[in-house]
Amino acid sequence: MPGSIKDKVAIIGMGCTKFGELWDKGPSDLIIEAVNEALTDAGVEMRDIEAVWVGTLFSGFGGRSLSEPLRLQYKPVTRVENACASGTEAVRGAAYAIAAGVYDLCLAVGFEKLKDAGLAGLPGMQNRTNTHYEQSMPGVFAIMATRYFDRYGLKPEEGKTMLAKISVKSHDNGFLNPKAHLRRKLTIEQVVNAPIIAWPLGLFDCCGVSDGAAAAVLTRADMARRFRSDPVFIKALQICTSPTTGRLTTEYDYTHVEEAYRAGIAAYAEAGIKNPRKEISMAEVHDCFSITEAVTMEDLQFSPRGRVKEDIDAGVFNLNGELPVQPDGGLKCFGHPVGASGIRMLYELYLQFQGRAGPRQIRSPKLGLTHNMGNEPYAPTVSVAIVGL
Amino acid sequence: MERKVFANAWGGFAIPGERAIANYDEDSVTMAVAAAMDCLDRFDSQKVDGLLFATTTSPYKEKQCSAIMSLTLNLRRDARTADITTSLRSGTTALALAADSIKAGTSKSMLVTASDTRLGAPGGMLEQSLGDAAAAILLGTDDIIAEISAIHSITDELAGTWRSYEDLFVRSWEDRMILDEGYSKILPEAMAGLMKKCGLGPKDFNKVVFDPPTDIRRHGRVATELGFEPSQVQDPLNLFLHVGVAGTAMAPLMLIAALEEAKPGERILFAGFGNGADAFVLQVTDAITAYKKKRGLQYYLTNKRMLENYQTYLRWRELVPQEPARRPEKQHISISAVWRERKVILGLWGIKCRRCGTPQYDNGAMSTTPIRVCGVCQAQDDFDDYCFAGRRGTVFSYTQDNLAAVADPPASVVLVDFEGGGRAFFDLTDRDPAEVRVGMPVEMTFRKVHYDRGFTNYFWKAKPLREGG
Repeated sequence: MPGSIKDKVAIIGMGCTKFGELWDKGPSDLIIEAVNEALTDAGVEMRDIEAVWVGTLFSGFGGRSLSEPLRLQYKPVTRVENACASGTEAVRGAAYAIAAGVYDLCLAVGFEKLKDAGLAGLPGMQNRTNTHYEQSMPGVFAIMATRYFDRYGLKPEEGKTMLAKISVKSHDNGFLNPKAHLRRKLTIEQVVNAPIIAWPLGLFDCCGVSDGAAAAVLTRADMARRFRSDPVFIKALQICTSPTTGRLTTEYDYTHVEEAYRAGIAAYAEAGIKNPRKEISMAEVHDCFSITEAVTMEDLQFSPRGRVKEDIDAGVFNLNGELPVQPDGGLKCFGHPVGASGIRMLYELYLQFQGRAGPRQIRSPKLGLTHNMGNEPYAPTVSVAIVGL
Repeated sequence: MERKVFANAWGGFAIPGERAIANYDEDSVTMAVAAAMDCLDRFDSQKVDGLLFATTTSPYKEKQCSAIMSLTLNLRRDARTADITTSLRSGTTALALAADSIKAGTSKSMLVTASDTRLGAPGGMLEQSLGDAAAAILLGTDDIIAEISAIHSITDELAGTWRSYEDLFVRSWEDRMILDEGYSKILPEAMAGLMKKCGLGPKDFNKVVFDPPTDIRRHGRVATELGFEPSQVQDPLNLFLHVGVAGTAMAPLMLIAALEEAKPGERILFAGFGNGADAFVLQVTDAITAYKKKRGLQYYLTNKRMLENYQTYLRWRELVPQEPARRPEKQHISISAVWRERKVILGLWGIKCRRCGTPQYDNGAMSTTPIRVCGVCQAQDDFDDYCFAGRRGTVFSYTQDNLAAVADPPASVVLVDFEGGGRAFFDLTDRDPAEVRVGMPVEMTFRKVHYDRGFTNYFWKAKPLREGG
């Protein structure tokens, strides 16, 4: 019988840099800023931290990627990597170590310095033989949009309008967030008419490519109130990794992400959630592209299969809607420094629970969900975390 | 591309017609493979005893292209391979060598390919008159449609055209001298020599088929001077107006055109020119009536995409430096990784699971080729080899990617569902982006995908299945 992480670990401090094209900040600056904020917020010092997990995809190797900039004094530091889901993986490592009773106080950090590459999009990830088809990440996800439109009979303009509403909502939220990368409101027309990056996805269907770092201080649940009166408790931490057969056999429909669906089911079971749509108060999902958010709403059972459009049209996921999604702007507007994103999602939920989200504040949230996805729709590792008071 | 597009770019005279331009992802090797696949069609490639690749535009000075092709075409490991190069008559020379090998009993069947993508320097007449093309002819002992009954070759040193080891473009001497002292003397000498050897005269032939010079107006005069009537001559005009002068592939293409219309009992005089000449007597057999060509010449002349501007040509041939895309640079090719996966990459071999029967091909993997574990039932190493190269499929989904760095944007990427099972991502080539849709039928084509430190990586792409295919 598998155990459960529910209510064993609490977050008592968090920090997050502003995300963006931070030309004058190096990886060390980002790490130090996020970690300092998290430590201060928790009211602890680095010497109190017993072990550290750090998630980054492109910006460092080994534990030294964190110990070096912070000159950590011989602490156990583990670098984890699970593609774009690396940030949540750092939290998971720290949380599990605490739940195992090995440590009382751990630090989880995610960071990425993407904008030193001089490129559009992400640095390269190729196979050894260099026979991979030519495709960008927008292209990989665009194929899901093409399929979604075709399967559910959406004309290109209908499909693009549905996706545009997702981006408009995230921009509305990101506009309210001083730490967001992209702070600008958009209209549906602007999104639909933006230059095509990879058909049918346009510029505003794609998330920001950003620099940034985020950090969390975790402790045992029974110790949490020694540090602060309003800790946030971990209710579920689940990941699911793909066998990547969706690109080999004709069974995969390419209109959903099976790993997200399964990670969601496992997380709801771990947290004791029966009706996600009703019980989840808010969610930060991995909206690397608008289509990803659309199918994720269905994968997480917020919307019935093939019917997310109705909920988008009804404003369900807007900040004032029934189930606000991306209250901080999401990857779309807060930005996506790969290794930092999973922890950034938690940062927003943490602020919301503590009533510190300013103009984005959601009224008395009970449970929040993060969905962090690494790799392509047919090959991902998806992590779903649920946190609450 | 219409030849006037060249003239519009540089000024000066436009030769009539259009010329064939290899796609940006094609070279002499890939076109030879396409011709060979069309030629082999329903023949069992495992029964082919040898492969000759004739070209003056090999991508390698040191490395055998026919060895690459042998894996792509699934020939036996003991099938003899050779690249026959540097002369414009390499195509006919390869044909003669293959015929000799069969006659000597060394082999029972030989596949001869001839392919060229010669470059004329920008602004010159050769840029307009040359064309990119490939031909393939299978020689054997059974079910032959035309018997090679005699061969005669002569060698001549005249350097009418040449390229040194460092030349990109064809060089040539004054055309008047080349035509008068070279083409117009050497080619008739070989053909007359063969006729004399066989005791035959011009009236004994139904057709005379031979290489034109780059200025094709001089083609007919040679035939007339040899005593042939215009009606006997295989006119190169149609090929010239739609393809251009195709190097080593030119004479073989003209022979194929002649055979497509030949009737049983006809006799053909056939010759190729370049540093001398090779001449052949061919006797058409009764088997020609039953022979079913797969696609034939007209299919390839019809299925084309017109290039509208000269810049595209320059870009495809990489003749001008270009602003690089702000995208990650490709990593270096690993020779060991490519070698280890040669069958998967060059032959498009996947697996069919013996337990669940699912065909699978894996080209998007970071670390999973060759397939060791079935994606459906997880059976390990319990598979039969399964080749996807000749299989058709349909587009399950696609994108037109403007961000990916490609020579012919957008990158049209398709997720292909194969007939009989199996699915994989491929680049879609030879396509108009506007025609791509879900459900579109496609076939597989062998292309070059990457060049790194002198090494060309070949792989397969999907292309739309055209009418007549």
